[in-house]
Amino acid sequence: MNKGWRRAVLIAVPYLWLLFFFLVPFIIVLKISLSDTAIAMPPYVPTFSLSEGWSGIQNFFSGLDFENFAWLLDDRLYINSYLSSLWIALVSTFLTLIVGFPLAYGMTRAPESWRPRLLMLIILPFWTSFLIRVYAWIGILKTEGLLNQFLLWLGVINDPLIIMNTNTAVYIGIVYSYLPFMVLPIYSTLDKMDDSLLEAAIDLGCSKISAFWRITVPLALPGIAAGCFLVFIPAVGEFVIPDLLGGSQTLMIGKTLWNEFFSNRDWPVASAVAIVLLLLLVVPILIFQRMLEREQEGSK
Amino acid sequence: MNEQSSTQKRNQQTVSGNSSTRFEKEGRTPIVEFRNVVKQFGEFTAVDDVSLKIWPGEFFALLGPSGCGKTTLLRMLAGFETPSSGEILLDGKNILPVPPNKRPVNMMFQSYALFPHLSVRDNIAFGLKRDGMTKENIEARTEEMLKLVRMENFAHRKPHQMSGGQRQRVALARALAKNPKLLLLDEPLGALDAKLREATQFELVNIQEKLGTTFIIVTHDQEEAMTVSTRIGVMNLGIVAQVDTPAGIYENPSSRFVADFIGDVNLLEGRIEGEAKGKHAEGNMLFAANGIETTFSARCPDQLEAGTTCWLAVRPEKIAISKEKDTKAVNQVSGVVDDIAYVGNLSTYHVRLANGRVIKAQEVNRRRVENREITWEDEVWLSFTEGAGLLLAE
Ligand SMILES: Nc1ncnc2c1ncn2[C@@H]1O[C@H](COP(=O)(O)OP(=O)(O)OP(=O)(O)O)[C@@H](O)[C@H]1O
Ligand SMILES: [Mg+2]
Repeated sequence: MNKGWRRAVLIAVPYLWLLFFFLVPFIIVLKISLSDTAIAMPPYVPTFSLSEGWSGIQNFFSGLDFENFAWLLDDRLYINSYLSSLWIALVSTFLTLIVGFPLAYGMTRAPESWRPRLLMLIILPFWTSFLIRVYAWIGILKTEGLLNQFLLWLGVINDPLIIMNTNTAVYIGIVYSYLPFMVLPIYSTLDKMDDSLLEAAIDLGCSKISAFWRITVPLALPGIAAGCFLVFIPAVGEFVIPDLLGGSQTLMIGKTLWNEFFSNRDWPVASAVAIVLLLLLVVPILIFQRMLEREQEGSK
Repeated sequence: MNEQSSTQKRNQQTVSGNSSTRFEKEGRTPIVEFRNVVKQFGEFTAVDDVSLKIWPGEFFALLGPSGCGKTTLLRMLAGFETPSSGEILLDGKNILPVPPNKRPVNMMFQSYALFPHLSVRDNIAFGLKRDGMTKENIEARTEEMLKLVRMENFAHRKPHQMSGGQRQRVALARALAKNPKLLLLDEPLGALDAKLREATQFELVNIQEKLGTTFIIVTHDQEEAMTVSTRIGVMNLGIVAQVDTPAGIYENPSSRFVADFIGDVNLLEGRIEGEAKGKHAEGNMLFAANGIETTFSARCPDQLEAGTTCWLAVRPEKIAISKEKDTKAVNQVSGVVDDIAYVGNLSTYHVRLANGRVIKAQEVNRRRVENREITWEDEVWLSFTEGAGLLLAE
């Protein structure tokens, strides 16, 4: 095997991976979204079969249409779910940033010998199942849960707070679950920063606070942006957290999708919901991608 | 050539090291004064009871081996470290209560510390904007600084798009932009290669002359310190061992450490025999090196008593080497050539004396190597004048 071949194989591996694990499933879902529901197994028509030859393929394609997508526009439920998902994801991303940045900043200010341990603590939750951790929050947030007991004992409140089954619980869940994805990229950009930059800024007349805003924050921006995208993108489609912690009035597209699939058994509409979600997320994903590229060019 | 002559000329000008004693007598206020400054990191004493005066317009070099406390001294002046005890005065006023961002002192960092997200222009303007100057003034000053360091064509570049030498110039411009009373430079040329380094040294001197700002430069390169500065403070283990002009330090080192650190020196241990006699021997003492019969006449600024143990220091280039005994020479000793180091224009002869010590004598190669008359294992005579040797007690 010569060098050119080896390189071709090396490049082909990730492409094949993408082809099998992203493109193929995507095409299947796309196809289902263009089909009609049926009481059958699988619960949609037409199905693809080569046994009927050319006419079979023609029939198959003529059976596809955009009906389901039109339906998504008709019913306010879907549009509201999308909007509410985007909003909840946006708010929780912001909250995660508010919590995550000081955490990452504090870690870089900690003594050198502590840092590996602190990083370990950030990653530690990944050692247990995500589902179990979200379940644990039910125990904390419910009316007679740990949080309310603690606050009542402190005397801060007289009546238990209603947090469970509200959007607040969803925010708490998302912030908690996605915090490492915010902290780690910010930590890595802050950690790379040279301390003498801050001293230089102070030497040139900045106060410590303005040196933070003029030097630390701008230099941490790539990490902040990466963290925000890493939280925002999966949060939009989040299902487990709104399902377990959110109430019936918590509208998120992940839940809607689940209902279409498993309660209504309407696979085509569910697939259409998934495709639109993907299209909505393509924009931020592309921006994120461009940013990573620019970042790489910059560091060269 | 041009630039070289300017430094030589400068050494004769008013703001030379020699004027510092005059300033002292006239009772002028030094721009910087360290008074018994001590800095401890835990148990470790990084700066040990330093007292030092620096005069306006000086180009002062802090020179010393790694870890001797040069950076620490500079950082205390900039305000990034607080002395454990002692006072630091700027223009006669104690600056210890003044925070670093309020001191009329700017620093050029060893790593340059240019802000990577700002262009060259914005880097230079950074300090000016903090001062609340008008937009026009900021622009004018920035342009002026860009011109000063000849970076007008690079104003829009980001730091990572420039070479080391260019970054260094931007860092200098940024530190000078606010027109500080005092500019601190921590090994500013450390990252440059030898050629660029030399060129930049002259550039620094030119800029310093043009602006008249007081510069304090930290370096561990003795040649650099000699080239750029009007006075040098040699540091060792947290103390300032000697402060003098480059020539003063070289010709009259006050201790073996300084003699050895600045340039090459031969040191012989022995004791004082008594006063020397002779035409040029005023203030000289006679010195007997351990294990050698002959005595030497050498300068003795410390006025040591007869019988005191001390060291004779002689620079290699001040020792003449010949195959015949010179009847007129005052200081003369014989030995055997052990080794010859040839560096093109110079040859250094390593001569073993009767007591086993090796003395280095340096000669300019006026002839080609093949015609050299002294070779290995030759018996030779070394001689030096009464003014060449120096007796050091420490
Ligand atoms: N923050 C600190 N904590 C503890 N020790 C320190 C600290 N800063 C400096 N030191 C110690 O103080 C001593 C002097 O340090 P300094 O940086 O002043 O040396 P320097 O003369 O600038 O050396 P170099 O030429 O290597 O830069 C060193 O032994 C160093 O280890
Ligand atoms: Mg240093």
